[in-house]
Amino acid sequence: MNIRKNIAISENGFIFNPLTGDSFSVNQTGVFVLQKLKDGESNENILKALQDEYDLDTYTAEKDFYDFLSMLKSYQLTENE
Amino acid sequence: MSKRKITVGVTGLNNIDSPGPGIPVIRALKESTEFDVRIIGFSYETLEPGIYMHELVDKVYQLPLPTAGSAMLKERLQYITSIEKIDVIIPNFDAELHSFIKLQHQLKSELGIATFLPSHESFEERQKSELNKFGDKYDVKVPQSHMINQLIELKKLEEELDYPMVIKGRYYDAYIASTYEQASSYFYKIVAKWGYPVIVQEFVTGTEVNVTAIGDGKGKCIGAVPMRKLYITDKGKAWSGISLEDDKLLEISRHVIENSKWRGGCELEFIKTKNDEYYLLEMNPRFPAWVYLANGCGQNHPEALVKMALGEDVQPLTEYESGKMFIRYSYDLIVDISEFEKISTTGEI
Repeated sequence: MNIRKNIAISENGFIFNPLTGDSFSVNQTGVFVLQKLKDGESNENILKALQDEYDLDTYTAEKDFYDFLSMLKSYQLTENE
Repeated sequence: MSKRKITVGVTGLNNIDSPGPGIPVIRALKESTEFDVRIIGFSYETLEPGIYMHELVDKVYQLPLPTAGSAMLKERLQYITSIEKIDVIIPNFDAELHSFIKLQHQLKSELGIATFLPSHESFEERQKSELNKFGDKYDVKVPQSHMINQLIELKKLEEELDYPMVIKGRYYDAYIASTYEQASSYFYKIVAKWGYPVIVQEFVTGTEVNVTAIGDGKGKCIGAVPMRKLYITDKGKAWSGISLEDDKLLEISRHVIENSKWRGGCELEFIKTKNDEYYLLEMNPRFPAWVYLANGCGQNHPEALVKMALGEDVQPLTEYESGKMFIRYSYDLIVDISEFEKISTTGEI
């Protein structure tokens, strides 16, 4: 899953989707994940980085990460490869 | 480069809660990089706020209501041009377009006023009542629509259409009906206000997205900017909106403008479904009241229209900024009664 190329993500967590006109706010963890997705990093690498950055166990990291991905999808912020 | 001085006549000064496009058109013209524009405002009612916006409108003349017919309009414009040299007129009301389209050649040859209007055929074929045919002709999805004159026809339509249905007037007004009782009540409400026929339309679920566009009448789309409403008033008008970056929507819009050889400004209203399908709900034959957003995004459509009206070649405007918002506001003008008296008694100010 990729983040749509034209999605704008600001440093303070404001996201704008120019396709739909929707805007969202995410916390620092959200920005962390979104930036890595936008840079094209694999899910495995992001999960690893998430665990290292926030000192998480595998189960919690995976659960939160995939929850976040499904939310991004439901808000049309992603596109299929 | 010094700007060329021109005088442009503009209608639609009703900058109210259901605003006309006049003031946004004027603001765009005032920001033209090529023209130094003097504005002649044309009003229909004495409380249209634009009449009193002297920083935008240099002189105002009242026009006869569109129901008075084209002869009265011509007579009034003959009087006005005996005082003013008007280079271009931009009409901004659906109801007055018939007369202006009919008079356009006389205005040019006899009064020296240029316009840039759709042909009578183009104007007619995009009428709400013709939407099905329009969709077929220009290969654009439209909601299934039926025109009815009696309530009994609505009952029959229940076999083809599910509730909710949209009950629409021929020119204005639309209501969403969830039951037969609601639909019949709206039917009578619309008949009382707008007459027959009443349009019964399939309700398409999705997000409303609109495009302000301009065509050169020869099959070229000169500009198009899509927008989604962010805040809608109880009259269904956008009080806030944001420009979008939607290639598919732009492609469909350009296809309609190019193939219909649309001449002049227009607004295309679509519903975007969850499956990314676009249904054309309406094509309005003039700029929308939010046309100033296009200028804010980098496409000055009123300026392009004036240039084309003057017979100049305009290259298509293809770039614009997405993520630009407009936020409307209300503002109280303090006006001396003498100004109101002047427009009320002399029809000009």
